[in-house]
Amino acid sequence: MTRELWKGNEAIAEAAVRAGLQAYFGYPITPQTEALEYMSWRLPDLGRVFLQAESELGAINMVYGAACAGARTMTTTSSPGTSLMMEGLSYIAGTEVPMVLVDVVRGGPGLGNIAPAQGDYNQIVHGGGHGDYHPIVLAPASIQEAVDIVYQTFDIAEKYRTIVIVMLDGSIGQMMEPAEMPPMQEVRKVWPAWSASSTQGKRERNVLTSIYLDPKDMEKTNLRLMKTWQQIEKNEIRYKEYFMDDAKFAVVGFGSAGRVALSAVRAARAEGIPVGLFRPISVNPFPKQQILALTDKMDGFFVVEMNSGMMLDDVLLASQGRIPVEFYGRMGGVMPFPDEILREIRRLHAEGWKAEGHPRDRWLAKLEQIINEE
Amino acid sequence: MQNETVIAGFGGQGVLFVGKVLAHAALEVGMEVTWFPSYGPEMRGGTANCTVIFSNEEIGSPQVLNPTSAIVMNQPSLDKYEDMVVKDGYLIVNTSMTNREVKRKDIHAVCLPATEIAEEIGDKRLTNIVMLAALIKASDFFGQAEMETALKKSLEGKKNDLVAANMIALQKGFEFRA
Repeated sequence: MTRELWKGNEAIAEAAVRAGLQAYFGYPITPQTEALEYMSWRLPDLGRVFLQAESELGAINMVYGAACAGARTMTTTSSPGTSLMMEGLSYIAGTEVPMVLVDVVRGGPGLGNIAPAQGDYNQIVHGGGHGDYHPIVLAPASIQEAVDIVYQTFDIAEKYRTIVIVMLDGSIGQMMEPAEMPPMQEVRKVWPAWSASSTQGKRERNVLTSIYLDPKDMEKTNLRLMKTWQQIEKNEIRYKEYFMDDAKFAVVGFGSAGRVALSAVRAARAEGIPVGLFRPISVNPFPKQQILALTDKMDGFFVVEMNSGMMLDDVLLASQGRIPVEFYGRMGGVMPFPDEILREIRRLHAEGWKAEGHPRDRWLAKLEQIINEE
Repeated sequence: MQNETVIAGFGGQGVLFVGKVLAHAALEVGMEVTWFPSYGPEMRGGTANCTVIFSNEEIGSPQVLNPTSAIVMNQPSLDKYEDMVVKDGYLIVNTSMTNREVKRKDIHAVCLPATEIAEEIGDKRLTNIVMLAALIKASDFFGQAEMETALKKSLEGKKNDLVAANMIALQKGFEFRA
């Protein structure tokens, strides 16, 4: 196989096609639209289903229907579109049918802007729809990683009959990088046993629903979902480490913030600062055990995000107060430069770690000045 | 080794395309590469820029504060990026669209009337390729043969008929002597 230059949005679309995607429903929104555009010709060419819905609400409910029928199905959108899909996602979670969502996150809240951001973390990772459920959330940091992950998501979603969300941001959607595409899988010809497909008079009908009027029945479903989630927490942890072997402290960042941090960590290493990078790829389930184990070896964690410190809370929980945690973030579609993160790494190395107060408060106390000086 | 090139100009000057050619050249020699466009609403008729990073290892940040080289196709881009380029970096200036000299002495500056050279070839839209060739010649990032392959790759399909004119532009850029 050869490496070719791919634009992020088109690469994830092709990866899904190759994973045997049967039906795509979506609605255009920047910075995700190229994925929908690519699907609009690619899927009909292959005799598969592409449908541009009347809105994101329509799209997610079409996905719901296709998922119940047993099809490999997905949608792609960006932040405001994801908000509109939340009701549908909750219904899909309650019905225990598999689907894939790609959220190319942009600056917010509100209409915001189309620049890269990570402000949807809490909404996506901690489940923005109502009720007790957990989606699997994977956050790749490059186009090859996004391709490899999207290619696997359908198998994962079907294994657990759950929602898998691939959380990107505008920069990964819009950039081009070389990627090697995985082989084309054949489209499935047999429907899953649980699906609401034709009985052909040979079996009892399957009933798929998210309505359980008797709370006892709902609770049994909740229990089943939580048992599945325990399996997911055991099996689906993904992360990548850089320069961690001899690191004295670690930057923790996911997706694009993680790769910006990588540049800063490399520069710091060149100056002799013993810092490493821990980049969670599965942000749900979160690599809690790995973070906890690192507290034995690290002097502190330095969390970097393109939001107000949402994963920061997960790192604080996972590290159980055993070592100090510091935070740096940019919000609203502003992408930090490596220089900003390097400046903080140097400071931590030179001045040591503070324990008093909350890391978010310490960061907020200096952010205004940083913004004003730019 | 990592190199970052910012290409900046007006929307319509082929900033994104020429970045793609550079990205293809890096891919051609087996390097990692990231092509990152400015994609905001400011692209429509305003200024456009893109960053192309190539490296032998996994690429971190897709944007840099201080690039190792910059191709500036108009006056606002010269004003913005001259100070940003790292010491000993490369600054390629389109003198057809700028009205002042380069001030810095600690960088390699190549100033050429790229739009006029492109018009002599017959199409001012070739300005971008003339300037890219000037950068490659000054920096020796890639060989001319690799650039020719990259150009063909970038024009595959519907734009195939533009290869000949672009090849001439590449040649003229390589041949330019200040």
